[in-house]
Amino acid sequence: MQKKNIQGKYLLKGGEIVDPSHDSIEKKDILIEKGRIKKIGKNIKEDGETKVIDVKGLKISPGFVDLHTHLREPGQEDAETIASGAQAALSGGFTRICCMPNTKPSISTQESVQFILNKARNLDVKVMPIASITKDRKGEQLTEFAELAKTGAVAFSDDGNPVESAQMMRNALEYSKIVDMPILNHSEDQDLKNDGLINEGSVSTSTGLPGNPAMAEEIMIYRDLRIAEFTGARLHIPHVTTKGSVELIRKAKEKGVKVTAEVTPHHITLTDEYMRSFNTLGKVAPPLRSEDDKKALIGGLKDGTIDAIATDHAPHTYNKKETSLDLAANGMIGLESALGLVLTQLVHEEEMSLMEVIKKLTIKPAAIINEELPCFQEGEKAEFTVFSSDEWWVFNKKSIYSRSSNTPFIGRELNGRVKKVVIGSKVIEI
Amino acid sequence: MSLSIDNLYGLEGVPKADIDQILDTAFSFREVLDRPVKKVPTLKGTTVVNLFFEPSTRTKNSFALAEKRLSADTVNFSAASSSLEKGESLKDTIQNLFAMKMDVVVMRHPTPGSVKMLGDFVDAVIINAGDGTHEHPTQALLDMMSIKEKFGKLEDLNITIVGDIKHSRVALSNIYGLKTMGANVMLCAPPTFLPAEVDSLGVEVTYDINEALDFADAVNVLRIQKERQGKGLIPSLREYRQTFGITRDRLEKLKKPITIMHPGPMNRQVEIDSEIADGENAIILDQVLNGVAIRMAVLFLLSGN
Repeated sequence: MQKKNIQGKYLLKGGEIVDPSHDSIEKKDILIEKGRIKKIGKNIKEDGETKVIDVKGLKISPGFVDLHTHLREPGQEDAETIASGAQAALSGGFTRICCMPNTKPSISTQESVQFILNKARNLDVKVMPIASITKDRKGEQLTEFAELAKTGAVAFSDDGNPVESAQMMRNALEYSKIVDMPILNHSEDQDLKNDGLINEGSVSTSTGLPGNPAMAEEIMIYRDLRIAEFTGARLHIPHVTTKGSVELIRKAKEKGVKVTAEVTPHHITLTDEYMRSFNTLGKVAPPLRSEDDKKALIGGLKDGTIDAIATDHAPHTYNKKETSLDLAANGMIGLESALGLVLTQLVHEEEMSLMEVIKKLTIKPAAIINEELPCFQEGEKAEFTVFSSDEWWVFNKKSIYSRSSNTPFIGRELNGRVKKVVIGSKVIEI
Repeated sequence: MSLSIDNLYGLEGVPKADIDQILDTAFSFREVLDRPVKKVPTLKGTTVVNLFFEPSTRTKNSFALAEKRLSADTVNFSAASSSLEKGESLKDTIQNLFAMKMDVVVMRHPTPGSVKMLGDFVDAVIINAGDGTHEHPTQALLDMMSIKEKFGKLEDLNITIVGDIKHSRVALSNIYGLKTMGANVMLCAPPTFLPAEVDSLGVEVTYDINEALDFADAVNVLRIQKERQGKGLIPSLREYRQTFGITRDRLEKLKKPITIMHPGPMNRQVEIDSEIADGENAIILDQVLNGVAIRMAVLFLLSGN
C-alpha cells in the first residue's frame, strides 16, 4: 500500500463512474482540487499543473461502508488495533467502518466511544462506533443511548451476545426511537443452539460435530421482527444466514416493519460442506449454512430483502484458531477479501448487476446508520474506491493488512480487485 | 501389499480393500494371541505415543496391550483437554512430545476433528482412538471382525444398531465401515437420539425395536449414558428399557436367534438384560479379544513394517 498526498490538482482519467445515487455507470473523468471534486465530465483536458492518474478500464465508486467490523481495541491489540483494522479497511476499499462493541472493556460508555474516536481521529478511514445495547453486553441494563449517540455512536448492538430477554429487547427497541438509530441483535437462541459448533444438517451428522440448527437463528429473528413491528422502532439484522430468516424478513418488509438486514461475503461463498475439513478457520457465528440457505441469501440480495453486505471482519491471533473446534474462536477476517468475493460470487456467478452490488456496499449500509456519502458532483468531497470488476487474482497473505490472518480464503482466486482508494487529497495505491 | 491410507482418522472414505486387509491381518494376529508366548518382534524400535485427552480404560488398555504384543516402545500421556488448555495449547503439547521423535500416535480427544488437526502439526502416523462424537474406527473394525468371525462374511448381512446414535462415535464408524463392506444397516433409537438428516448416511431407521430385531442378523447395542436422562432427551431409563431394551421377551419372540454385540461398558438392565449379555448368542467378550488383534493389525500396517 502506497499513500500519496497530492498538493495540487489531480485528474482521475479514463475510468467508469459507478454512481449508486443516480443508478448510472458512465465513462467520465474526475478533476480533484484540495480534496474536492472540481469538475466531472467526459474527456477533461488537463493543464500543466494537473497530475494525471490513469484509471483506464477501472471502475470508480463511492468508498465502501462496512456495518460490521471488529477492531479489537481496547483489549485484544495483539489481534487488531484501530489503526491496523483501518489499514485493512483501506486495502479492501472501505472508507467508513462501524466497529462492534465487543472489546474489553466493551463500548458501553461515552468514554469508550470517545476513546475510539480519538484513536481514529488521524486515520484516513472514518471509524464509527456501535455502542452496546446493555451495559457490558450483559443483557441487564440499557446503556445511555442518547448520550452515547451525542458522543458519536451510530447504532447499538450487544454483538456476539444475543439479547436473550424479550422484554429487554422490547425496551431497547422502544427506547431507541429517541435517537432514531437501529438496534442490531446477534440472533441465536442459546438454548436451541445447544453448544452447536456447525450448522445442523447432513454435515454435522456425518462429522459428528454438534449441530446448531437454523431455527435457533430464525426464532430469535421472528421475535425481534414482531417486537419491531409492535414498537415501530428500527431493527437491523446482522449476518443473516438461513433461508427461513430471509423469508421472515421479506414478509416483515412487505408488512412495513422498519427492518434492514445484512449478509457477509463468507456466508454467500462457503457452505457447511467446508466443515468436513474440520478446519477451525471455517468456524463462524452464526455458522456456515447449507447450499439451500446460501442460495436463499443470494435471492434475498437480489430482490432487496437483504439491504447490505457487511464483512463481520473478526480478527483472531492464530493460536486462537490452532486448537480444537470447540475451543477455537468464532470468526474470520473479511475486509480485504470482501470485494473480490462478492464480485466473484454475485456479479460473475449469479449475474447480479454490478450497480446493485455496489449499492449494497455503499449507499444502502450508509442509510442504515444515517450516514450521507459524498456523491459524484462538483464541490463534493473526494472519497472513492477504484477497482477492477474483472481482474483475476489470488488472495494471499500479502493482501492482508490486518494484524491477524484468520481466513479460509488465502489461495483463493477472486474475480475483481480494489486498486486505489481516494480520500480527499490522498491517493492510496492498494 | 500396503494400505492406501497413511493414517486412520476414521472409516469414512476408507476403501474396501483396506478394510479387508486390516481384517485379514487381524485374524492372523488372533493366532498369535492364542499362542503360549503372545509376543512378536514386529514393531521393535518403533515408538508409539498414546495420547489420551479423555478418560478411557478399555480402548487404552487394548492399544497398550497391542503395542506390547508387537514389541513397540510406548509413551503414555493422559490429560483432560480442559485443564490442558488452561496451561498449554494442544499444539504445544503435541509438538513437545514430537520433539522427542515419535513414530506413531494413538489419540483420543473429546472434540470431533481434533485427531485430524493433529495430523497437520506433526510428521507421524496417526490413529484415531475416538474423537468425540465423530469416529472410533478401531472399534468398528473390531466389531466387523467379530461379525465376520461369526458369519464368515459381512456382505449382505443385516446389522441393527440400537441406542444413542447421535452421540456415538461407535455408531458412525460402524455405519461407514459396514456400508463399505456391503452390509445393510438399520438404526433404532428414540428420535432425540438420532442426528439430523440421518437418511443421508444411507441407512434405514425405525423407532420400533421389534422391527429392528426382526431385520437383524446381528444387533450392536450401544451404551445409554445415564446423564442423557437429565437433559430431557429421554423421559427415564425405565421407559428406555421398556421401549428399546434388548430383553429376553423380545428375543424369544423372534423367528431366529440373533447375534448380540456391545462395545462396552454395559448398563445391564437398561439397554440390555444381563441374561442376554451373558447368553450364548452374545459375542461381547470376543469383541474385546478381537480389539487387541485389530489394533495390532492397524499399528503394523500403518507403521510401514
